[in-house]
Amino acid sequence: MIALENVAHSYGGGELLSDMTHELVPGSFHFLTGPSGAGKSTFLKICYGELVPSAGRVHLFGQDLRTMSRDAMADTRRRIGIVHQDCRFLDHLPLSENIALPLLAAGRDPAEAADDLRALLDWVGLGSHADALPPSLSGGERQRAALARAVIMSPDVILADEPTGNLDWEMSLRLLRLLIELNRMGKAILIATHDLNLIRTAKAEVSARVLRISGRRLTTAGADL
Amino acid sequence: MIRPGTFLQRAEGNTGRVVPPSGFTARLTIFSAAAMAFLAVFALALALAAGRMADRWDAALADTATIRIAAPQGQMETQTAIVQEILRTTPGVTEARVLPVEESRALLEPWFGPDLPIESLAIPQLIAVRTAAPGFDAQSLRLRLSAEAPGAVLDDHTRWRQPLVRAAARLRSLGFAAIGLIGATVAAMIVLAAQAALSANAQVITVLRLIGARDAFIARAFVRRFTLRAFGGAVAGTALGMLALALMPGDPATGAFLTDIGFHGAEWLSPLLIPPFAAITAFIATRAAALRRLKELT
Repeated sequence: MIALENVAHSYGGGELLSDMTHELVPGSFHFLTGPSGAGKSTFLKICYGELVPSAGRVHLFGQDLRTMSRDAMADTRRRIGIVHQDCRFLDHLPLSENIALPLLAAGRDPAEAADDLRALLDWVGLGSHADALPPSLSGGERQRAALARAVIMSPDVILADEPTGNLDWEMSLRLLRLLIELNRMGKAILIATHDLNLIRTAKAEVSARVLRISGRRLTTAGADL
Repeated sequence: MIRPGTFLQRAEGNTGRVVPPSGFTARLTIFSAAAMAFLAVFALALALAAGRMADRWDAALADTATIRIAAPQGQMETQTAIVQEILRTTPGVTEARVLPVEESRALLEPWFGPDLPIESLAIPQLIAVRTAAPGFDAQSLRLRLSAEAPGAVLDDHTRWRQPLVRAAARLRSLGFAAIGLIGATVAAMIVLAAQAALSANAQVITVLRLIGARDAFIARAFVRRFTLRAFGGAVAGTALGMLALALMPGDPATGAFLTDIGFHGAEWLSPLLIPPFAAITAFIATRAAALRRLKELT
């Protein structure tokens, strides 16, 4: 689904990522770890096409990132659910409208998905917050809402960039369980995090691979994690 | 509790709602469109009044001509009679009237006063000629006059008529050019406002791109908003302009240009085209600006 071949990326002349090769396949569960500033977010941005790498090839669902049109990129993004640490909501819209935005952007009539939207909000435990504006929600609620928005198009892949960075352990665990549930539905999951407890908890429940960015390279973490 | 009614019933409207309301660009667009529509109403009225003036002058001078006979005292009556006979047999001439002394005096009175001893002056004899469509052959008439009445000179008013009609036509063109410039100014202002809105909403655009919105979807949110604002502003400006013209003192009967600026009859419908024109201009300008800016932003 998402394949990186010998990818390298530089910022301002300095190489941040070097010779990275990896592929996300259906049903896989990956964690991406590494120290702050190692390039985890950059790696994710390359995975969903926000960044074009300085070198190497990236294929998103069989299409070469470098030759994709802007419309093709938009269509591909609907197959990738993205959860950011800062959630990135449109603060002037109620939560239900924020979550349904991908439907609207895809040209679908949100009225037809009203029941699904309600079910989705209930699934992430926000059924009573549909009309709330994002700034009025807690960090955990915002993260769960971001996850709901990420999955409303039933994407094949879910990428999460430090999704539990601002959450307490209980809330982190709740979010992790939702992601594990999605993985059991066949979705590929890639979570960038430095929360080792989260990784250990997940590994106890699913077969998760842990990738590490260290010294600009992508490696597979040892069994100690 | 979800209220699908608020979000789902207006799917088309929701496209515009993804962009937060922005007071400054909204007011700028509405004000610009209103001001420009107000000016456009006046430019249109000016152009139409100039057109009417051109038509009136053209019509007034087109079916008349004058023959001036300057002959020695003893030959004046003879040549006048010859000219009258020539005019009688000239195709296109419907009437030839020899101006009596009183009328000649009246014509000269504004310049020389009422006490002019016209009988003692060698005033040319004037013959007012009326013609009917398609007019007469001025060249042939001149040749006949020069052969049979050498003191007679034909003035078919062409040299008076053409500059006046040309001037009026040019004024009309200037009026329409002003409307074009106003349209271009509206487009420029809306492009600036749209670019400001796009820059101010860069974060919104980034989010929309991330969730898989195409450029056309994002542009539509801005285009719809600016089109509606331009239309609304133009409606207000046009209404005010029309009201101002309706209240302007004037008397078309005088035939003077300044008292005739306004709309007559069905012409009152013509300013109603200004708001749709402003909306179309805003649509094209915003769409082009939005698509260009989106490529720069993301």
